[in-house]
Amino acid sequence: MTAASARPPQPTMTPAPEASSVLVRVRGLCFSRDEQVIFDHLDLDIERGKVTAIMGPSGAGKTTLLKLIGGLLRPDAGRIEVDGQDIGTLSRRELFELRIRIGMLFQSGALLTDLNVFENIAYPLREHYRLPESVLRRLVLMKLEAVGLRGAAQLMPSSLSGGMARRVALARAVALDPMMIMYDEPFTGQDPISMGVLVSLIRQLNDASAMTSLLVSHDVRETLSIADQAYLIAQGRLICQGTPQEIARESSPWVRQFVDGLPDGPVHFHYPAPDLAASLLSEAHR
Amino acid sequence: MINALASLGHWALNTLATSGRSLLLLLGMLAGLTSLLRRPRLVLLQIYSIGVLSILIVVVSGLFVGMVLGLQGYYVLSRFGAAESLGVMVAASLVRELGPVVSALLVAGRAGSALTAEIGLMKTTEQLSGLEMMAVDPVKRVLSPRLLGGFLSMPLLAALFSAIGVLGGYFVGVGLLGVDSGAFWSQMQAQIDFSNDLVNGVIKSLVFGFVVTWIALFEGYDAVPTATGISRATTRTVVNGSLAVLALDFVLTALMFGD
Repeated sequence: MTAASARPPQPTMTPAPEASSVLVRVRGLCFSRDEQVIFDHLDLDIERGKVTAIMGPSGAGKTTLLKLIGGLLRPDAGRIEVDGQDIGTLSRRELFELRIRIGMLFQSGALLTDLNVFENIAYPLREHYRLPESVLRRLVLMKLEAVGLRGAAQLMPSSLSGGMARRVALARAVALDPMMIMYDEPFTGQDPISMGVLVSLIRQLNDASAMTSLLVSHDVRETLSIADQAYLIAQGRLICQGTPQEIARESSPWVRQFVDGLPDGPVHFHYPAPDLAASLLSEAHR
Repeated sequence: MINALASLGHWALNTLATSGRSLLLLLGMLAGLTSLLRRPRLVLLQIYSIGVLSILIVVVSGLFVGMVLGLQGYYVLSRFGAAESLGVMVAASLVRELGPVVSALLVAGRAGSALTAEIGLMKTTEQLSGLEMMAVDPVKRVLSPRLLGGFLSMPLLAALFSAIGVLGGYFVGVGLLGVDSGAFWSQMQAQIDFSNDLVNGVIKSLVFGFVVTWIALFEGYDAVPTATGISRATTRTVVNGSLAVLALDFVLTALMFGD
């Protein structure tokens, strides 16, 4: 059985949450890129006020899912509702109004390289509100203090390490006090100390600001340690969902391989390819 | 045969799609121009980046082009005993053609390639997506100021190129080859027409500035977000921008100076 031909098992479904408690509702989502199916009728719900983790192997479409929820990409089919609004039917203006209430932490940080750290965080505030400079300064410094980088306010993004850039991007993502924040691989490139701080910071931000957090990550242990709910996706489908405890108890070989980091299982390390010996011999004949 | 037809069809479809995307981007940028009234600083920064930083290359090129014009013009005109007309020849060549065209080619190479690389890198490093997610339209906020900056910078650079070129021609013609200084300036003053020569030259440079900046911004915005993609986009900016300038120059010249 190859990874491509293997069909993931049906998800172990927990009862569907009440409609009002759902902030993001994805129904029948289909999305393809370059003839490769990324999502094939995906359904999932993100509950308000909770930390929800989306996990899955590389190429499973986790970042793509965040971009679809943020309206950066359009689905081929299906519906994505955020706070009751169907993303696909919103005008550009309505979409921008919604995005003001959504923060996103990009994997690369996506900091504006011609602005220093302070101005990067002040940027969304300057764009959307007319605040006195003194108020703006306090707000920015408070956000920077929260991520431990107040002392780096005057540095340029090119002077920051990857981990620091991610923390500045986090401060910028929460600058507008959004109702939801989407984290795209927030732990990648963090040293153990920063990783621990960031893990607790995401949880604290979520609880203190009554935000909803959507967390995409490969780091299973750290992610499950703060998540209220987790989804495991692969091959365009939902494999498993539940609380971290339910995921830990899940016996499906798919889930066990991913959660325990096993080298062999339903998901193969090798991309589908013809037999190695046959390939080598045919190369030699050429 | 079938394959050749299929390739032709594929190329035609791609070209049409690219043209459509570039036109849509242009409409987006034009729509964003009104918001720049509230933020003139964004445009000033781009005039600095595209215009001021191109001054050195424009001045040096203008000087040498003017000197060559003075030299070649003198050799030809003196054969017919008309060396005093050197000022007219140098000024007309520069104001009508060489000023707008060569400065546009220089800007396509220096500022156009920089614009493409900058926008392409912003796309690759997700800065444009980041702006989108902050509810800031990157086309209006990032691209529109650059389009207006390029549009306004080009006639100023072309004027500078022409002015320095005339001085270069004067230096060679009058300073080195002995053409009469009074004849150089007075014939130029008498023969160069404001609306026919100067205004048409300014119109040309405005059109070139607009097209070169549009091509540069589109190539950056449409670039495949990889190192190779940006490299190819930068090359396309210089090649397409230069060809567009030369082709448009022919069309505009035919329209402006034809009978």
